[in-house]
Amino acid sequence: MSIMKTEEEVITKEPNLLQGALEDHALPETKLTLPENNVCETEDEYELVYHRPVPLLDVNMHYCPGCAHSLVHKLLMEVVEEMNIQDKTVGVAPVGCAVFAYDYMNIDMTEAAHGRAAAVATGIKRLMPDKYVFTYQGDGDLAAIGIAETLHAVNRGENILIVFINNAVYGMTSGQMAPTTLMGMKTTTTPFGRTNEAYGSPIRMSELISPLPGAFYVTRQAVHNAPSVRRTKKALQNAFKYQQLHKGTCFVEIIGNCPSNWKMTPVESEKFIDYEMVKTFPLGDVKLPKADDLKNLTEGQ
Amino acid sequence: MKGNEALAKAAIEAGCDAYFGYPITPQSEVLEYLAREMPKHDRIVLQAESEVASINMVYGAAGAGFRAMTSSSSPGISLMQEGISYLAGAELPCLIVNVNRAGPGLGTIQPGQGDYFQATKGGGHGDYRMIVLAPSSVQEMADFVFLGFDLADKYRNPVMILSDGAIGQMMEKVTFGKFKSTRYEKPWATVGKSATRERNYITSLHIQPEKMEKHNLKLEAKFRVMKETEARFEEISTGDAEYLFVAYGLSSRICHKAVDLAREKGIRIGLLRPITLWPFPAERLLQLAGQVKFMMSVELNAGQMVEDVKLAVNGKTPVYFYGRLGGMIPTPEEIVHQLETVIHEHHEN
Ligand SMILES: Cc1ncc(C[n+]2csc(CCOP(=O)(O)OP(=O)(O)O)c2C)c(N)n1
Ligand code: SF4
Ligand SMILES: [Mg+2]
Repeated sequence: MSIMKTEEEVITKEPNLLQGALEDHALPETKLTLPENNVCETEDEYELVYHRPVPLLDVNMHYCPGCAHSLVHKLLMEVVEEMNIQDKTVGVAPVGCAVFAYDYMNIDMTEAAHGRAAAVATGIKRLMPDKYVFTYQGDGDLAAIGIAETLHAVNRGENILIVFINNAVYGMTSGQMAPTTLMGMKTTTTPFGRTNEAYGSPIRMSELISPLPGAFYVTRQAVHNAPSVRRTKKALQNAFKYQQLHKGTCFVEIIGNCPSNWKMTPVESEKFIDYEMVKTFPLGDVKLPKADDLKNLTEGQ
Repeated sequence: MKGNEALAKAAIEAGCDAYFGYPITPQSEVLEYLAREMPKHDRIVLQAESEVASINMVYGAAGAGFRAMTSSSSPGISLMQEGISYLAGAELPCLIVNVNRAGPGLGTIQPGQGDYFQATKGGGHGDYRMIVLAPSSVQEMADFVFLGFDLADKYRNPVMILSDGAIGQMMEKVTFGKFKSTRYEKPWATVGKSATRERNYITSLHIQPEKMEKHNLKLEAKFRVMKETEARFEEISTGDAEYLFVAYGLSSRICHKAVDLAREKGIRIGLLRPITLWPFPAERLLQLAGQVKFMMSVELNAGQMVEDVKLAVNGKTPVYFYGRLGGMIPTPEEIVHQLETVIHEHHEN
C-alpha cells in the first residue's frame, strides 16, 4: 500500500510517501512508569476503573491486531450497556471482515447478504419501530454493492443507525480497491495506484447522504487514538439516543484502520489516518440535528 | 376479482404483517392493492427501491418473526435469487410470488412458464429447496397464500407461489373465509435479547466445513420431509385414461378443456395437474405410467417440467412434450391436434 502522486512515481519509487510522513512525524516514545509500591493490600483499595462491557461476549475476536472493528464493537456494546437497551437492540451484520459481529455482541443480530444491511434493517425497524436497530457495514458493503440500499434507506429516513467502517479497502477479501480508496492508493486491484481515469475518485458517503432530508445526524469519526475513540463513543451514544425521536437516519462513519491490507504496523496505520485519510475524509460532524428536534430527548432509557 | 387482487386480499386475511415489493407488469396490482389496504389493518407495506431490496426487507422482517411477503414477475424474481438463497440458508419463512411472464431477458409481459427451472431447481446458489405452489385459478391465488404462509412457517423455509400473467390478470369469482391464519411461535426471532434467553442470531454462514455440512444435512433432512409429505396434485379423468396430459397453472386449464374435447372424440385422456411443482408428484406419475400408453407434458416454455415427468416415470412410459413460447397461448383444439398427431405416430411405431 502506498500513496503516490503519479503513476510514474509509483513504479519507480519505493517505498512510499507515507514512509517520509512517518519519519517526519515520528511520535515520542512513551514509557510506562509505575509507582514503586503499586500493590493494593486490601480489596477496598481497588477502584474499578474499567470493565469489559457486559454485552460484549468474552471471546477471542478474529480481527487483526490494530484493526478498528474490534474497538468499534466494544464502543457499541458500551453504549448498549450504558443505555440498558440490550433487550431492545437488534443489529445487522455485513459481509466483510465484520461478518462475525454477531459472535461478539451479545444481542439479537441478523447477518445480511453483501450490501443489503440497510434493506434488512428497514424490514426489522418497520415492524418493530420501538427497537434500536443498527447496521454495521464496511465501505465495500455500504458504498459499492449496497449503495442503492443505503441511499434509499437514508432517503426514506429509516429510523436506524448505520455504522459505517471506512477503511478504504475490501478488508475481508484481502485488500482490493473500495469506492473509498484514496486517489493514488495502491491496492491489490489497483497495483499502480487508483486513478481517476479508471475509477473516479473516492466516494465521501457522509457528504453524499447528508443533504437528504431523511439524514438526521451524520458524522465522521475515527478510532485511531484516545481522543478520537472518545468522540466516536459520544457519536454512537447520540445516534442511539436519537432513534427514540423517530426523526430519521443516523449515520456514523468511522475511519477504520486496516493495518493488514494497508501493509502497515498498527502504529503506522494510525499515522496514515492522521496524515492521509483525513485529507480525503475530514473528521467531524457533517450534519447535526436541529436543537428543536432534540427537545423531546430523554436521557438514556 | 382479479387474480393478483385475490392474492393480495388473501395476504391480509392470512395475517401477512409486511409486504415489500417493486412494480412490474403483470403483478403491480398486488403492490397497489396492498398499498391501499395494508395501512387500514395496521400492517406494513413498502415500495422498495428494487427487488433486491424487497427480498432483503422480507429477510429482515421474517427474521424478526413476522409474516412477510413479496411479489414480482420474472425479471424481478431473478434479482431476488440471492436473497432467496439466504432466506433458505438462514431458515427464514416467507412467501414469494412470481407472476411469471415470458422471457428470457425483458421478454414480454404476456404469460409464460419459463421460470419453472428457476423456481423448482433453485435459481439461487447452493443446496436448497423451496415448496413451489402453482395456482390455476383466481380461487387458488387466494387459497395458496394461506397454505404458503403455513408451509413456510411450518418448515422455516421460503415458499413460492408460481403463477403467471394470465392467472394474475384474469377475473373469476373467489370466496374467502375458507381458511384461518395460524400463528406460529418463533422463539428464534431477533426481537431483542431478553435477560432470560441466549441471544438469537440469524445467519447462513458456517465457515468451518464440518459445521457447514452439518447445517446442509439438517436442511436436507427437512427437505426430505417436505418431499415425502407435501406433494400435491389434482387428477382429472385419470380413472380410465389411456393417455395423460401433465400440465400446471394456465396450461393445465387449457389441457382440462382439451381433455373434454378429446373425450368427445373418443380419446380416453386424463390430466395430472401438479399443484406443488416442488415437491413434484413423482410417485403418482410413476403409478400412472403403468396405466397409460404415454404422457404429454404441456407447458408455456421450451420444455422444462417435462424433465421432471421423465425422471418420475423413469422410462416406464414414453413422455412427449408440447409447448408454446414467448407469451403465445395454445388453444385446446391445438393441443388435441397435437395429441392426435402423437397418438398416430405412437401407433405407427
Ligand atoms: C455478492 C457478493 N459479492 C462478493 C462477495 C465477496 N466479498 C466478501 S467481503 C467483500 C468486501 C468487504 O469489504 P468491506 O465492505 O469494505 O468490509 P471490510 O472487510 O473492509 O471491513 C467482498 C467483495 C460476497 N460475499 N458476496
Ligand atoms: S483485514 Fe483489515 S479490516 Fe479485516 S480484520 Fe484485518 S485489519 Fe481488520
Ligand atoms: Mg472496507
